Amino acid sequence: MSAPASHDTYVMEHDHRKLGIWIFLASEVMFFGAVIATFVVFRGRSTSGPDPREVLTLLVPTIMTLVLLTSSVTMVMALQAIQGGNRTRMWQYLVATCILGLVFLGLKATEYTHLFSDGITPSANIFGSVYFLTTGLHAAHVIVGIIWILAVVAKALRGGFSAENYLPVEMAGLYWHFVDLIWVAIFMVVYLTDQLKFM
Amino acid sequence: MTTQVATLPAKPREYTGVMSWLTTVDHKRIGLMYAIASMFFLLVGGLEAEIIRTQLAQANLKIVNPDLYNQIFTMHGTTMIFLAVMPFMAGLGNYFVPLLVGARDMAYPRLNALGLWLFVLAGIFLNSSFFLGGAPAAGWFGYAPLTSMQYSNTNGVDFWIWGLELLGVSSITASINFVVTIIWMRAPGLRFNRLPIFVWTNLTTSFLILFAMPSIAAALILLFLDRHFGTFFFDSSGGGDPLLWQHLFWFFGHPEVYIMILPAMGIISEILPVFSKKPLFGYTAVAYSSVAIGFIGFTVWAHHMFAVGMPPAIDAAFSLASMIIAVPTAIKIFNWIATLWGGSINLKTPLLFAIGFISLFIIGGLSGIFLATVPIDFQVEDTYFVVGHLHYVLFGGSVFGIVAGIYYWFPKITGRMMNEKWGVVHFILQFVGMNLAFFPMHIVGILGMPRRIYTYGANLGWDTINLIETIGAYTIGIGILIFLYNLIQSWRSGAVAGNDPWDGDTLEWATSSPPPAHNFEKIPVVTGRRPMWDVKHGGQKMDYAVEPHGFHMPPPSIWPLILSFGLMILMFGMIFGVIPLVIGLVIFVAGLAGWINQPAI
Repeated sequence: MSAPASHDTYVMEHDHRKLGIWIFLASEVMFFGAVIATFVVFRGRSTSGPDPREVLTLLVPTIMTLVLLTSSVTMVMALQAIQGGNRTRMWQYLVATCILGLVFLGLKATEYTHLFSDGITPSANIFGSVYFLTTGLHAAHVIVGIIWILAVVAKALRGGFSAENYLPVEMAGLYWHFVDLIWVAIFMVVYLTDQLKFM
Repeated sequence: MTTQVATLPAKPREYTGVMSWLTTVDHKRIGLMYAIASMFFLLVGGLEAEIIRTQLAQANLKIVNPDLYNQIFTMHGTTMIFLAVMPFMAGLGNYFVPLLVGARDMAYPRLNALGLWLFVLAGIFLNSSFFLGGAPAAGWFGYAPLTSMQYSNTNGVDFWIWGLELLGVSSITASINFVVTIIWMRAPGLRFNRLPIFVWTNLTTSFLILFAMPSIAAALILLFLDRHFGTFFFDSSGGGDPLLWQHLFWFFGHPEVYIMILPAMGIISEILPVFSKKPLFGYTAVAYSSVAIGFIGFTVWAHHMFAVGMPPAIDAAFSLASMIIAVPTAIKIFNWIATLWGGSINLKTPLLFAIGFISLFIIGGLSGIFLATVPIDFQVEDTYFVVGHLHYVLFGGSVFGIVAGIYYWFPKITGRMMNEKWGVVHFILQFVGMNLAFFPMHIVGILGMPRRIYTYGANLGWDTINLIETIGAYTIGIGILIFLYNLIQSWRSGAVAGNDPWDGDTLEWATSSPPPAHNFEKIPVVTGRRPMWDVKHGGQKMDYAVEPHGFHMPPPSIWPLILSFGLMILMFGMIFGVIPLVIGLVIFVAGLAGWINQPAI
């Protein structure tokens, strides 16, 4: 019954969703490019204190980086699980990814609290403005990522996804890795290149 | 899935009624709604233009008060760019890209509907500001610090911020759709070096939108934070810099110029060969020069900022890059003229407007080279010379291209011809009116008339020139009204067009007028750049692709509309507080949940 395979056999059912997410991420790179460029041009331009070196340390953001990188590993494990047909293992890894994301946000919140108590707010000086802008927009993306992954989990719990049908998992993963990568860029630009104390 | 009868593909139902339009995911209906809404906003923006011109017709007139005048010219620019020209291009692209590449729909039909509804609702949102405390009044490029709370303390700028954010999301979704459609969904044999130029330019434009739009999206967030959360991004008193706004804005704003002109160039490149019965001269050069314009377009943004006092080396670099753009542009123009040269010319309205496009765009391009020259720019910056230049490329270029496209494709969309006599009248009025309205602006600009002034003194010698401009603007207005009449009248009772009234070259003429929901009964196999010409005049037989599993068309969906509506209410909430914010969020989440729970298409 199959159609004769010829050079002009044309199959409509390409799954092109993956290309779409890549293009979307390319656009997001430009968005964070503008934000991080803003951070860079305003470095050291505050007209009043406190200076980032007085209030930021490296310890907490280093832990946050480790947490987020680990969450990318669990995301890959989730994808690998469903490609092997193991739906339960998949959603367990996805939940682990979400928990790591929440830990990241929790650490971010403690950092914000410290900064607020040290007098750094978005309206304190230009450092405060760009710092909260950059990390805040990233945190918003982490929140979106967590919601996205939870939507995948919800679908998996109702019997969605299999070894043949895992593309939405992969797409959520691509987004998650992207958010992770942006954090690595922020970690370097905001923290590592500013000669901060470790603790 | 149940087993299918293998031989005949299941044809989709043709849906009818109001709900069928609100829930449609058909690229043709979406394209048509894009076009109709854009036409409406073109009329709104046109009315604003006529008010501006009436106010300036003579010295010391008081038709509108200064504050309303500022709102009107700001909304004129914003409306024409974001609500008329861009979505008109998106509409024509939506309707014709899938037909030109031999596809049954866009790659993401529901995302396509989302783009449409976000645009329509953002247009309503932006214009509602006139009735909710005042429209934005800081100019269409909203320079800091004029947009700060100190100088713009109504909600207008906030409407502008969130309206443009919605439109940004709309155009990014549309662009993702175009790129994936063009890369993935071409008919067999339709290789990239056979793609119609209109498809090439839509691909380039989509990449421009994807890489330029995020910059303004970020800038608008900074502006919002500055206005409402006391940040210092554009406030030099706290270490910020108003110039940052200019850089972020024009990093978007200049590619935006090419976003608006490239699809028009694509339309012209489709029309010229058909109406001169020749293949497009220098196809490869035209295709690659579009891509070149796209690339170089990202390196010229600071030529809008010569007068702010950048270092001379920077000025020189941006000046040079801007002039280099003239090269790929001129390549196109020479190729278009060479296409007409020696052709068997069929001088119908689409070709009239195409030739109008070429001639007016040359003038706009030349005054562009003037402006790219730093010393001249210092002299005429922020004068009517700039206004004249931008209207030659935007009205003489983009709008003439759009109108040419409408005359060309109207028979395909409606199955009826547009009235040729009214078309010629429209062309004459629009062409003459355009030159009357915009050419004298160069002169009055050199004489020193600044743009955006509310009125001017009688002793400055600008009266006559301004009166001529106003007469020109009215002439354009009459032309547009005749166009509108012609559109409505021809749609209702024009001559029946048949499938291929212009003896066209490309695949859209291979199907019926209007095309069925699934576009083609069978997907054609493409063997050249002019598949229809080869069949009609080259003695070739059209081959068809085999679709082993039949085809299925996506079911309608209400969720894109609900999701967009939620986002719009959410945006009202960003201005009017927590109640609309929460309501909008709830609707948005409901729309999202409904969407996700629909089966994948």
